[in-house]
Amino acid sequence: MIKISGLIHNFSGFSLGPINLKVNTGEFFILLGPSGSGKTVILESIVGVRRPASGEILLDGLNVTHLGPEKRHVGIVYQDQALFPHLSVRENIYFGLRYQKVSPENPISIEMIIDTLGLGRHLDKFPHDLSGGEKQRVALARALAIQPRVLLLDEPLSALDPCFRGDIQRLLKELHASLGTTFLMVTHDFNEAFYLGDRVGIISRGEVKQVGTVNDVFLHPQNEDIGTFVGMKNIFTIEDGALLIGNLSVPLGTYSPTGACGLRPEDIEVSLTNSFPAGYHVGNGTLHSVVKQGYGCEVTIASGTTHILAFGDEKTVRKKELTLGTPLFFAFSPDALHHFPE
Amino acid sequence: MNRVSSLNLFGPLCVAASMMVLLFILVPLAEMILQPSMADLVETVRDEEVMSAIGRSLSCSGAAAIISCIFGTPIAYLLARAQFRGKKIIESIIDLPIMIPHPVVGIALLSLAGRNHPFGRFLHELGFTLLGTTSGIITVLTFVALPFYINTAKAGFQTVPKRIEQVARSLGAGQGATFFRITVPLTWRHMLTGFIMSMARAISEFGAVVIIAYHPMIAPVLMYERFTAYGLKYSQPVAVWLIVICLTLFLLLRVVSAPVGRHND
Repeated sequence: MIKISGLIHNFSGFSLGPINLKVNTGEFFILLGPSGSGKTVILESIVGVRRPASGEILLDGLNVTHLGPEKRHVGIVYQDQALFPHLSVRENIYFGLRYQKVSPENPISIEMIIDTLGLGRHLDKFPHDLSGGEKQRVALARALAIQPRVLLLDEPLSALDPCFRGDIQRLLKELHASLGTTFLMVTHDFNEAFYLGDRVGIISRGEVKQVGTVNDVFLHPQNEDIGTFVGMKNIFTIEDGALLIGNLSVPLGTYSPTGACGLRPEDIEVSLTNSFPAGYHVGNGTLHSVVKQGYGCEVTIASGTTHILAFGDEKTVRKKELTLGTPLFFAFSPDALHHFPE
Repeated sequence: MNRVSSLNLFGPLCVAASMMVLLFILVPLAEMILQPSMADLVETVRDEEVMSAIGRSLSCSGAAAIISCIFGTPIAYLLARAQFRGKKIIESIIDLPIMIPHPVVGIALLSLAGRNHPFGRFLHELGFTLLGTTSGIITVLTFVALPFYINTAKAGFQTVPKRIEQVARSLGAGQGATFFRITVPLTWRHMLTGFIMSMARAISEFGAVVIIAYHPMIAPVLMYERFTAYGLKYSQPVAVWLIVICLTLFLLLRVVSAPVGRHND
C-alpha cells in the first residue's frame, strides 16, 4: 500500500501539493492529469529520487520518506524506458538481482516474467537492436524482476507507436492480474485510465482534485476542469439563473441557478430533421465545421453565438454531403447534462 | 539574388578558412621536422640526455594525467550532476590554470611550497620538496592539466541521462555501484579523451616547470637550453623526436577511444 500524506514540493517556480493519496495493495491506480501537473514528481518522490520539502510517504506501513531509492524496493518504468545501453537485455533484466533479495517462495519467477513478456529470444540483444515496444517490455521485466513492493509507471505508453501501444496495454493488464503487485501509473490519456485502472486520481496544477473509480470520475467529474479533462468538451456557464446552449434555453430543474453545465460531444445527437426521442432538449443551428475522427466526425454546430461540439456518424454527415452552413438540429437527453455548482 | 550568391559562397569560404587554419598549424611544424638531416636525428636519438628528457616528459605528464583523473573525476561528476549556489564560481576556479600566465603558476606553487612558507616547511619535514625535483614537475604539470581533464569528463557525465542512474538506484544499486556499473562504462571514452587532453597539455608545459625545476630536465626545458646555448640547429632534432613520439602515443590512444560498436557509445 502507498500512503502519501501532506507531500509538498517547491522547486524552480513549480509547487506541488499538499498531496494526500492512498493506493491500496494490489490495486492498479491511475494518476491522470495534463502535462506539467506534477504527476511525475509524485512518482519520483515515491521512488526516492526527489526529496520533498515536507510530507511523508509510507510503503506497506514503512516510512520511506528519508530512505535512498535503493532501499525502497520500488520499481519504476519511464516512458523513454531508460534502459542501460551498454548492457544486453539479459544484463538489464538481471541488474537489480545483484542488490535485491528476491523471495524464493514467490511463485512468479523471473523466467516467468521473461516468458510472459515474450523476451526469451531477445535476451542477448542490446537495447539499440530493439523496437520501442520491445524496449518497454524489457523495462517492465527489469523493474518486475526485483519483485517490487510497488511498480510505478511513468506514461509507459505515450512514447510508443500506436501499433505497440495496444500490446503493452494488454500486457500491463495481464501482468497486474497475474502478479498482484500494486501498480501506480501516471498518464494524460483518459482511454488508458479507462482500460487499465481500478481507481483514478485526477491531478491538476499540483493538486489531486478527485479520486474515485474510473466510472465515477468519468460520469461525475467534480468541476469544470476535471469535466473538460475527461472529455466533457462543451461547458456552458449559467448566467442570470438561465442556461443557454446556443438558442436553446434549458430549464435548470433541480440544479442551483449558478455554476456551469457540461455536455459530452458523444451525448449530443445531430440530425437534419427534428426527429428525436420525447423528452430530449432540442436546439438548432448551422453546420460550422466537420473534422473526420476515425469512423465518425467531430461536428461543430453554430447556434446563436455559441459553438457546440458533437459527434456525428458517417451516415448523417458524409453520405448526405452536408455543406457548411446547412441547418441542423441537435438534441440531448436531460440525463447527459452534468451540473458543476460554483 | 545577393542572398543566393552569399549562400553559394558559404561552403567554399568555410573550406578556405579551414585550409588556412590547417596550414597555419602544419607549415611551421613541417618546416621544423624537415630541417634536421637524418644524421642529426640519428645522433639525437643516441643522445642519452635527450632520450632521458623525453622519457621524463612522458612519465611526468602521464603521472599528472593519472592524478588529474583520480582527483578530477569526483569533482567533474559533481559539477555535471549537482545544482548548487556558487557552481559557476567553482567552474571558473577550475578554469583558472588555463587562463593565468604559466610562469605565474610556477611562482605561486613555489611561494606556497618554499621554505619561507609554513606549508612549504611542513612539506619539507615530510620529505617532499618541489624545487628541482620530479615531484615538483609533476605537481606543476597536474596544476595545468587538471582543467582539461575535468572539463572533458564533466561533458561526458552530462551525456548520461540522469534517469538511467535513477533507475539503477531504484533497482537497488547504491550511488557508488551506479557510478561504476552505469556511469563509468557510458563515459569512459570521454574520460580517456580527458586523460589524453590533460597529458598533452602537460607535455607542452614549459613556463611553469622552468621556475620550479630547471633540473631534472624535461624535453621542453632541454630544447630551450639547447636553443639558447647552441642555436636553432641543435634544438630542432629534440623537438622532432618529441613530436614523433607524442603523435604516435596520442594517435594510439585516440584509436583506443574511438567507438567500435553502437552499444559502446
